[in-house]
Amino acid sequence: MLAYVSRRLLVSVVVLLLATILVFLLVANSGDPLALLKTNPHISPLVVAAREHLLHLNDPLYQRYWIWFSHAIRGDLGTSITGQNVASEATSHLFVTMRMVILATVIAIFLAVFVGMYAAVHQDRFSDHAATLANFLFLAAPTFVIGLLLKEFVAIPVNQHLGHTLFYTNGEQSPTLSGPFLSRLPDYAAHTVLPTLTLVLVSYSSWAIYQRSSMLETLDNDYVRMARAKGLSPRRVLIRHVLRNALIPVVTVVALDFAAVLGGALVTEIVFGWQGLGQWFFTGVTDLDVNIVLAFLLITATFVILFNLLADILYAFLDPRIRYA
Amino acid sequence: MPDDTSLSEAETTGSQEVGQHSLPMPPPGGHLSPLDEHGMTGDAKSQARIVLGRFFHQRLAVIGVCTFATLGVSALLVGIFWTYSYTDITNNLNTPPSWSDPFGTNSIGSDMFSLVMHGTIKDIQIALLVAAMATLVGSTIGAVAGFYRGWVDSLLMRLVDLILVVPILAVLIVLAHIVAKQANNWFFLAIIIGALSWTYVARLVRADFLSLRERDFVEASRALGASNTRLIVRHMLPNAIGPILVNATITVAQSIVLESTLSFLGLGIQAPDVSLGLLVSQGQDSATTEWWLFVFPVVFLVILILSIFLMGDGLREAFDPKKVKTRA
Repeated sequence: MLAYVSRRLLVSVVVLLLATILVFLLVANSGDPLALLKTNPHISPLVVAAREHLLHLNDPLYQRYWIWFSHAIRGDLGTSITGQNVASEATSHLFVTMRMVILATVIAIFLAVFVGMYAAVHQDRFSDHAATLANFLFLAAPTFVIGLLLKEFVAIPVNQHLGHTLFYTNGEQSPTLSGPFLSRLPDYAAHTVLPTLTLVLVSYSSWAIYQRSSMLETLDNDYVRMARAKGLSPRRVLIRHVLRNALIPVVTVVALDFAAVLGGALVTEIVFGWQGLGQWFFTGVTDLDVNIVLAFLLITATFVILFNLLADILYAFLDPRIRYA
Repeated sequence: MPDDTSLSEAETTGSQEVGQHSLPMPPPGGHLSPLDEHGMTGDAKSQARIVLGRFFHQRLAVIGVCTFATLGVSALLVGIFWTYSYTDITNNLNTPPSWSDPFGTNSIGSDMFSLVMHGTIKDIQIALLVAAMATLVGSTIGAVAGFYRGWVDSLLMRLVDLILVVPILAVLIVLAHIVAKQANNWFFLAIIIGALSWTYVARLVRADFLSLRERDFVEASRALGASNTRLIVRHMLPNAIGPILVNATITVAQSIVLESTLSFLGLGIQAPDVSLGLLVSQGQDSATTEWWLFVFPVVFLVILILSIFLMGDGLREAFDPKKVKTRA
């Protein structure tokens, strides 16, 4: 197992390195990030030259990549084209994103397991069809559509009806927020509800569909019939015998889907104006800021690699029949 | 003699294990009798007919096909016969839905009905191209990796890892900003989405091929002197057609999601061309005032994607039916 994990990690690091080289070449080759600065008559050419020197824009590409790489392995992700420290920017944006992603993933898992189990137990009845149709509806609706619908047709009418702002639709917190943590909590909550709900609805649907079919397959096993035959209560059979086994494939699907959740968070952040990792990356791409794009790539790829590995390990842990050579 | 009958039964069931080829065959004589010697009807059904039969027995799948067909055909007809084209500009600015403009008009007086219909066509056009590309590339790569195994397999699967290591949307944003937005052409947009969408098919086909290559009928064809290409194309790919077709359908739906997201972010289809994602993005600020600018594109986008997902799910069920209804 240890040998398997270390080999997997080694391959992943090589793949990640290759990915940074490709993305670096792509972004660094695609234009001058300081073009806008140069057209500004109020900024002297000396400032532009200093910025170019700082960002190593005049060096050949392989040298620029090497400079980035040799600093990145020591935790220094360089400076953005506006002169900010990329590593510290990335950390603060990461915390904003994680607030939404962790909460949404946990809620989505519980929702998916519950909906999937409920639909499977009531197979082919009206409630099953209704749940399945709802799952497919949320699967079909793109993230930005769900976000916009919640924003325009839930938040705004509710706020107007109440006469004060219950749901904020822009930003992850009020800009003037200060004070001790506990007094800031209601403000965080009012900003977090709708984006989190968006991400939950986007993520849960495919897991619930998967959970339903996994439950149906497990329900069909002889040991389930056996457990019923020996007189266990239906609830006990369902929880101890069916759900526990049906969860095994679902857990791995959730872990493997982490990249998709991050993609969903990116769109959600843009719709709700959160200053998270995704929003930061998006402006980084439009500004052709290589260091920001590479920082985003490093952070998300590390998470994706770790979660893929976690999926494999969990799979072997939950199902002892599986061994990795 | 009881022993004889049990033996012959074992033989008949055994011969049906050969795979998807082994459907009841008509006797070599040619005449189809109502009952052959095994007590089966001699009515030979092709694989396709069986799958289609199962497909059309599912209510949601049929609803999906009908909706998709209606949307596609009516959008095409509207493009040809409707009074307004999506490029027309009139003096009726921001009018709510009426008989002459059933979906209202936008701020420059264009008819929303023709815009939404044209956006639908554009989305389908892009999605079909993406799915065709992804399926072709993905099946080829998956087949080669699963058939040859060894270093070819590891190399190709590392390529898959390379694409899957970052959220696909993030890579698309970079590519769309750098390549497609400059070109401003739906074709390039489809190419870059397709270039990133083949990985799942490749993994599926590879997994299928890893087990197919050990099967007896492949071994038999190889012994008869079939070349590798013939083995892959004539014998193994037809046996993997189920997952490939199902996944192609799902890819159509997913690429509409990706394309509309990119268009919403301003990196996909650019005005004056139209896609549903772009229309949603243009209508979002007036969602509660001039609701028709927002609601119609949203409804059409969701219904379009939903109908394709339902079709895909029906296909999956038709190719791989769950054995029995559970005895609760």
